[in-house]
Amino acid sequence: MQQLLQQLINGITIGAFYALVALGYTMVYGVLKLINFAHGGLFMWGAYVGLTGLNVLLVLLAGGGAVAIFPTAVIVMVTIAMVGVLVERVAYRPLRSAGRLAPIISALGVAFILESLARNVYGASYKTYPTGLIPVGRVEILQGVRVSLMQAIVLIVSFLLMAALYLFVYRTRIGTAMRAVALDHEVSRLMGIDVDRIIATVFLIGPGLGGLAGMIVALYYGSFDFTLGWIFGLKAFISAILGGIGNIPGAMLGGMILGIIETLGAGYVSPQWKDVIAYVILILILIFRPTGLLGERVAEKL
Amino acid sequence: MLLLKTENLHTYYGHVHALKGISLEVEEGEIVTLLGANGAGKSTTLRTISGLVRPREGEVKFKGHVLNHVPAHRIVQMGVCHVPEGRRIFTTLTVMENLMMGAYTVKDERVVQENLQRVFDLFPRLAERKNQLGGTLSGGEQQMLTIGRALMARPSLLLLDEPSLGLAPMLVKAIFDTIREINARGTTILLVEQNARAALKIAHRAYVLETGRVVLSGPAQELMQDERVRKAYLGER
Ligand SMILES: Nc1ncnc2c1ncn2[C@@H]1O[C@H](COP(=O)(O)OP(=O)(O)OP(=O)(O)O)[C@@H](O)[C@H]1O
Ligand SMILES: [Mg+2]
Repeated sequence: MQQLLQQLINGITIGAFYALVALGYTMVYGVLKLINFAHGGLFMWGAYVGLTGLNVLLVLLAGGGAVAIFPTAVIVMVTIAMVGVLVERVAYRPLRSAGRLAPIISALGVAFILESLARNVYGASYKTYPTGLIPVGRVEILQGVRVSLMQAIVLIVSFLLMAALYLFVYRTRIGTAMRAVALDHEVSRLMGIDVDRIIATVFLIGPGLGGLAGMIVALYYGSFDFTLGWIFGLKAFISAILGGIGNIPGAMLGGMILGIIETLGAGYVSPQWKDVIAYVILILILIFRPTGLLGERVAEKL
Repeated sequence: MLLLKTENLHTYYGHVHALKGISLEVEEGEIVTLLGANGAGKSTTLRTISGLVRPREGEVKFKGHVLNHVPAHRIVQMGVCHVPEGRRIFTTLTVMENLMMGAYTVKDERVVQENLQRVFDLFPRLAERKNQLGGTLSGGEQQMLTIGRALMARPSLLLLDEPSLGLAPMLVKAIFDTIREINARGTTILLVEQNARAALKIAHRAYVLETGRVVLSGPAQELMQDERVRKAYLGER
């Protein structure tokens, strides 16, 4: 029982990472019906910008420790959000009326560019985040179930971000406009909605969250390399499909489920088999619910 | 006062020459109707006015401003609302959220509430259904929602594209009564209709379109008596 609880907590932590990144895929798909393959690359750049930001701030603050994390996180979000908006502006908007294939190729192109840039700038070797920023102690919340301080922070931050995003999308005027644009661009324009601006906002929020997730993941694991974007990006993408692409609560749910299945598979069977188990289950879910768990509209335009 | 004037509009879809020089005028306070067979260019005329498509030649003028290069969402802000063909409500948004999207350009919350009250006065059914998802409304209710949603911006010119299409006869009458009511409350209306008889009955003036050209125009009363109109559009022989 304790083991199960422990695994669940670990699974939810990984799931929260997937969910944060999956949100970016699903929001962009919602408004553009485009799989933004560049999203994984933006996420990975979040890890690199975070690394540089931390190193610079640690020098400037003369070893300020954990104090450096918050301003770095802000820098990461802002930088990656701006890159996201730039990508949309130069690589997607000009192709908006060019059918479905051209934007996908453009997205793949941006993904390769982001990855190559990272490798050329930072090198192909593993990078490690400065250690000791967050005390390593673990707290026993139940008998035999331990949560590290890092894990607690990651979970709290992720859930706050997701709650904030949910409220934004479902309770504000601009959030409602996003959902309207996802349903019908033309009618949205007839409502007086500046559709280009709403799309830019999506490319501000999705990559902003994704970039921050990159930094959090790198902090959590301590080291990473330029392939981070592919592995995590792909899993987050799968989470988005699993939850029902285009559906925001779906992306959160899909991420959690994938994280939990993977962790349970690794814990109860074996780490070598966790992917096999996870993806067999995913394929089964999709066979029975092709639109994903919360997707109503068919994943037709994929 | 002249509210809307289009001059020699030529609009294309790729190589399809849909409008071949449409000129028409709408005076403030009028109901003007556009009649014509399928494919005559009625919807394209409205889409050119609201900025969804651009004319290759000619001019759209609203309150003296040329709209040719004004983005569609800014045209709404200037007071032109277009209810497109085919009840395109936001199906997974609630009725209330649909209406709020209609008021997207209205920044003053007091004015939004005022407009909402007017819309609910006009369509009490929408008030009853305000928390329901748009997609769960009946056809007639969806049509009320598309019109109510456009009225949330309190436009000075309302473009209506076949509002009675696919509705039961009872509802058709109700929709035409509502259009007259909206006009009586001060909104100028440009109405596209297949139901020529009902449209001519409530309109002040009419234009008849054939393959992208205006072939007839004049006061609705006169057109109702016109031989050609009676034969082609009122089903008489
Ligand atoms: N998206 C499009 N692409 C190509 N051609 C189009 C498009 N939309 C309309 N057309 C063509 O333009 C012409 C005018 O169409 P429009 O929709 O304006 O006619 P309409 O009078 O509204 O007809 P209906 O009564 O059937 O609604 C038609 O010949 C039509 O085939
Ligand atoms: Mg039409």
